[in-house]
Amino acid sequence: MSDRLTGLIVMVVALAFFVGATQLESPFFADPLGPKAFPMMISSVALIAGMVMVLRPDEPPQWPELVTIGRLILATIILVFYAYSLKPFGFLLSTAVAAAALSYQIKTNFINSILTGLGLSVGLFLIFKFALGLSLSAFPRGFLW
Amino acid sequence: MALSPSTLMLAVIGCVLGTAIGALPGLGPSNGVAILIPLSFSLGLDATAALVLMTAVYYGAMYGGRISSILLNIPGDEPAMMTTLDGYPMAKQGRAGDALVLSGVASFVGAFLATLGLMLLAPLLAQIAFLFGPAEYFALYLLAFCTLGGIGSSNQAKAAIAVCLGLGIAMVGVDNTTGLTRFTGGSLHLFDGIDFLVAIVGLFAVSEVFIFIESHGRDSSIGVKLEKVTIPFKQIFETRWTMLRSSVIGFVAGVLPGAGASLGSFLAYMAEKSIARDKSGFGRGEARGVAAPEAGNNSAAGGALVPMLTLGVPGSGTTAVLLALLMTLNITPGPLLFTERPEVVWGLIASLLIANVVLLVLNVPLVKVFSRVLQVPAAILLPGVTMVSFVGIYSLSGSYFDLLLMICFGVLGYFLRKMSIPTVPVILGILLGGHMEVSLRRAMVLSDGDWTYLFSSSVAIGLWVAAIAGFIAPLFLRRFLSVSAINK
Repeated sequence: MSDRLTGLIVMVVALAFFVGATQLESPFFADPLGPKAFPMMISSVALIAGMVMVLRPDEPPQWPELVTIGRLILATIILVFYAYSLKPFGFLLSTAVAAAALSYQIKTNFINSILTGLGLSVGLFLIFKFALGLSLSAFPRGFLW
Repeated sequence: MALSPSTLMLAVIGCVLGTAIGALPGLGPSNGVAILIPLSFSLGLDATAALVLMTAVYYGAMYGGRISSILLNIPGDEPAMMTTLDGYPMAKQGRAGDALVLSGVASFVGAFLATLGLMLLAPLLAQIAFLFGPAEYFALYLLAFCTLGGIGSSNQAKAAIAVCLGLGIAMVGVDNTTGLTRFTGGSLHLFDGIDFLVAIVGLFAVSEVFIFIESHGRDSSIGVKLEKVTIPFKQIFETRWTMLRSSVIGFVAGVLPGAGASLGSFLAYMAEKSIARDKSGFGRGEARGVAAPEAGNNSAAGGALVPMLTLGVPGSGTTAVLLALLMTLNITPGPLLFTERPEVVWGLIASLLIANVVLLVLNVPLVKVFSRVLQVPAAILLPGVTMVSFVGIYSLSGSYFDLLLMICFGVLGYFLRKMSIPTVPVILGILLGGHMEVSLRRAMVLSDGDWTYLFSSSVAIGLWVAAIAGFIAPLFLRRFLSVSAINK
């Protein structure tokens, strides 16, 4: 079932890619193939491969249980927040929070996670700033959106 | 030159880092090098220094992979899989130290011979590379992509999808020939295309976090404890021919585009087993069973550098990451590399030799220290890896868009791995997609739109045949392999 679904998704994306390619305009002085050709070729191959996946699916993989899926989604959200928070909140704070949260996802031990977050944050900062000389803003620089 | 104290320091640091990274299950040479590339770039290391560091990490990680294979029965990376077959039984019999040292020596022999082979073969191959025109290059890229699924691939459709995904991603951005933007959806951020580093770090490192979370960070303390380590001279001497044979097999396997260290170790192990008079020891702690795959995969790793350097086509997944590294340093591999920048080639070869010697020296006394790394709980390690990845990418571009893109690749990587769709072809597609398209379009310009130009030279035809054969072969080999596996 998973394979068939993936195959279907692949086919849809390939078709979208193909259609997108046909809408590219080639200037008249371009080479014989133009910017359309290669994407069209790739999407055709992908379309066929997707069809094969739908018609001959493999064994489905072991999908995790609902709790773990929740953890994974949470981890993704944490990472996204981390990406957005690096600039305004500075390295130390955002890394500590993100690392602690991630650690909690892997092993649900509250105190350990906090320690991990703090330890990683400070430790990595020291390594990056002084051993490697990268410039990282340590502390919040205010909310400069 | 390459032997200055600072370079040696870098080599040592790289070896230590690499071994530590490689020892951790799940993180292999690809991840290790991938995570460190952005960092090395922003550190402003010059080409030679970066190369020394990265090759040290690369080889170090290969050595490191053995540690978890032997002690935990978990391969530290794909090529290390064969080592678990005899390495773990040896460890359970209390001979873990022997197994580790043996694998270290065998790896050294394999890598050393491969580096010699590289020195001899590469300039020769570079000469041949001058025969390559755009049609031949296109066929070569095709060969690389068709064979990347590898002999072990179970599903060629999935490999094909992975390749197309990578190539498709490479299409995003401004088309160099016409100046048009493709598939950017109007987003300014995507004008420059998708940076392969973002893709690599996302697909390899960030997806690892998701995989770990899913497995609840199982404790690694089920492994075997390591006692005093002595050097098993007798066994090293006994296996010397094994090491030689496996090195040759591995080197040849590595040179073939698409085949890599995994194939090298697999073939070497199978060869040793089939020519052994007494097969009973294999799979139960046979010394040759450790020496063969170790020598095989290290020499294959070296062999994989040959097509990478001379033709710019990576011979394996890890060399793909090395190719990415070279590209960040503005070094384009290919035949011109040997004539225009020979100091890079020789610098690389020198750093390979240095790294190997350093690793041999480090591994024997320090193997106990390295195995301690395995005790670090995943709950600390994986967040750490993630943070390093983020900092690495962020220090390159300073844009949170790249970080978001990296997270997307991480999620994508998670799904690809769950669905058993190989991730290496995706990376290769992103790296080489542009080149492949340019070759095709150039060929068409040269021939005025005549498609038969692609098949005009014997080299091109040969490559096409090899490509098609390589793509179809696993479909038949799989049946053959599973039948013979049952019979064992």
